[in-house]
Amino acid sequence: MKPRSDRISARSSRLADRIFGWHFKLMALILFWAVPARAEALVADLTNHLIAITTGFTGASVVLFGAIDGPGDVAVVVQGPDREITVRRKSRIAGIWVNSREVIFANVPSFYFVAASRPLEEIVSPATAAFYRLGVTNLEMKPQGMTPPQVADEFVTALVRTQRHSRLFPNAVGKVSFIGERLFRTTIEFPSNVPTGTYLVQVFLVRDKDVVSGQTTPLVVSKVGLDADVFGFAGRQPVLYGAIAVLTAMVAGWLASLPFRSA
Amino acid sequence: MSGTRFSRRSAGCKLATPARRAAEQRVKRQHKAGASDIMDIYLPIAEVSVDVFVLLGLGGAVGFLTGVFGVGGGFLVTPLLIFIGVPPTVAVASSANQLVGASVSGVLVHWRRGNVDFKMGYVLLVGGLAGSVLGVWIFTLLKRLGQIELTISLCYVLLLGTLGALMTVESIYAQLRLHRPGVRRRKLHQHNWMHGLPLKARFRKSKLYISALLPIGLGFVVGVFSAILGIGGGFIMVPAMIYMLGMPTAVVPGTSLLQIIFVAANVTLLQAYTNRTVDAVLALVLLVGGVIGARIGSRFGTRLRGDQLRLLLALLVLAVAAKLAFDLTVRPSDPYSIAWEKT
Repeated sequence: MKPRSDRISARSSRLADRIFGWHFKLMALILFWAVPARAEALVADLTNHLIAITTGFTGASVVLFGAIDGPGDVAVVVQGPDREITVRRKSRIAGIWVNSREVIFANVPSFYFVAASRPLEEIVSPATAAFYRLGVTNLEMKPQGMTPPQVADEFVTALVRTQRHSRLFPNAVGKVSFIGERLFRTTIEFPSNVPTGTYLVQVFLVRDKDVVSGQTTPLVVSKVGLDADVFGFAGRQPVLYGAIAVLTAMVAGWLASLPFRSA
Repeated sequence: MSGTRFSRRSAGCKLATPARRAAEQRVKRQHKAGASDIMDIYLPIAEVSVDVFVLLGLGGAVGFLTGVFGVGGGFLVTPLLIFIGVPPTVAVASSANQLVGASVSGVLVHWRRGNVDFKMGYVLLVGGLAGSVLGVWIFTLLKRLGQIELTISLCYVLLLGTLGALMTVESIYAQLRLHRPGVRRRKLHQHNWMHGLPLKARFRKSKLYISALLPIGLGFVVGVFSAILGIGGGFIMVPAMIYMLGMPTAVVPGTSLLQIIFVAANVTLLQAYTNRTVDAVLALVLLVGGVIGARIGSRFGTRLRGDQLRLLLALLVLAVAAKLAFDLTVRPSDPYSIAWEKT
């Protein structure tokens, strides 16, 4: 079940980005796939389209490779499914540390990775970087409700720091390396705590400080095996799961009491 | 506990606390060192990998206490699980699950000896079920407000601190009494105003004729604690049954355990449904360890000097309370934490 790589023009991606959310974006990609391709300025693929989280999972790395049709720069963005994240700040009240303030951010990517063939500010204009979410500072994390901008900034900084610490956000822009003028590759590292879901891997061809072509490839991160089954079952059938948990414990308790009978 | 290995991963209600971060760092180091993961068990709901022997040992140690002292030990399971890196919300819900099994085996033993007052158990249960529904509701509310972990820790500090202090005093007195013969025995059953409340009922096994509101109220209070803290509440229930209700000591443990089975089962179901924090794998491993520990403990219990052991237990309880209290007051390495809901 290998997800298909879909090809789109940069313009349509831009439009879809604006109008639709995450899931619609995927649909839009598939629609545009039907449009006959012009001479392809950029092709790219991943060595692996599925990251399977098993019991012994300690992280994974995926190589993205591809080719461009002439001189230019390449930028890569990988984003996990967006999440609503609550950031809480502790302060000292009566000698103990208590969560005293919280700010909720909608649409924070659960995982973010960015790489480029040269430093981002050299290859794209700030407006373009902001538009394509190139770089952690361009993620546009807006707090919900009324939050003074000063406080919001403080909480965004804390959020980014925490995500970096968990290795879900990059500490620096990764390196896209060229082999000759046309072939490029970069390695995407996923830590052991990588969130599950459908990821979008976006590759952009940049010329004259603007994105001239782009390609988006989905990447699936999912739990597999018995753990995944238990986790999935507990989520889908919580009542039945609870009942089984109770019954199992009762039977175990009954079995445990048996040896005492003969003693 | 230094042998514990964690590898936290994947989606879920994530709380990036400094302790867990430190744990992750340890994982990374150990992977570099080429440590094997064979003995790690991945807990699917807690989403941490823990050394299976640490869990068995924890279950075993608590089971040992059960065997020696006849206490449930639930009040130690939750804090110890938190210490080894299990998220507090999962620790509470899973230890309720584990309690179901532990209480079943306990009740069966007492039942064979004829030491269970079923009528009293059912009346306690009416209050207990209502209390646990309220408790899970409070739990869910606090979790949404981001205050559940603080509440769990604070409640444990208060409960364990009080309990530990009382036990210490009690066992020191017991030591002193050994050297002073002829201590006056207290009358076991005294009527007080509470027994005269309306809805009087007869409890034959307990040789009591008291208001049913009393056990219902007691069950209710313990039920609330049960849901929030993942304890059976035996250490509140047992003294209350003896001193407040005036039940004969022999039928108290069996009856208390009977009631705990159903309250804990109710808590498990409600937690699984509303908060999805019940880790059945964790509960089962703890149970297995508990069974082994209880058997060893009951052998030892007959041989060892009770008073000194009781003092040791009291000090252990105080130590756990002190550690929890210390963790609350120490400045966190990062005052910010993030959390997101399970999808």
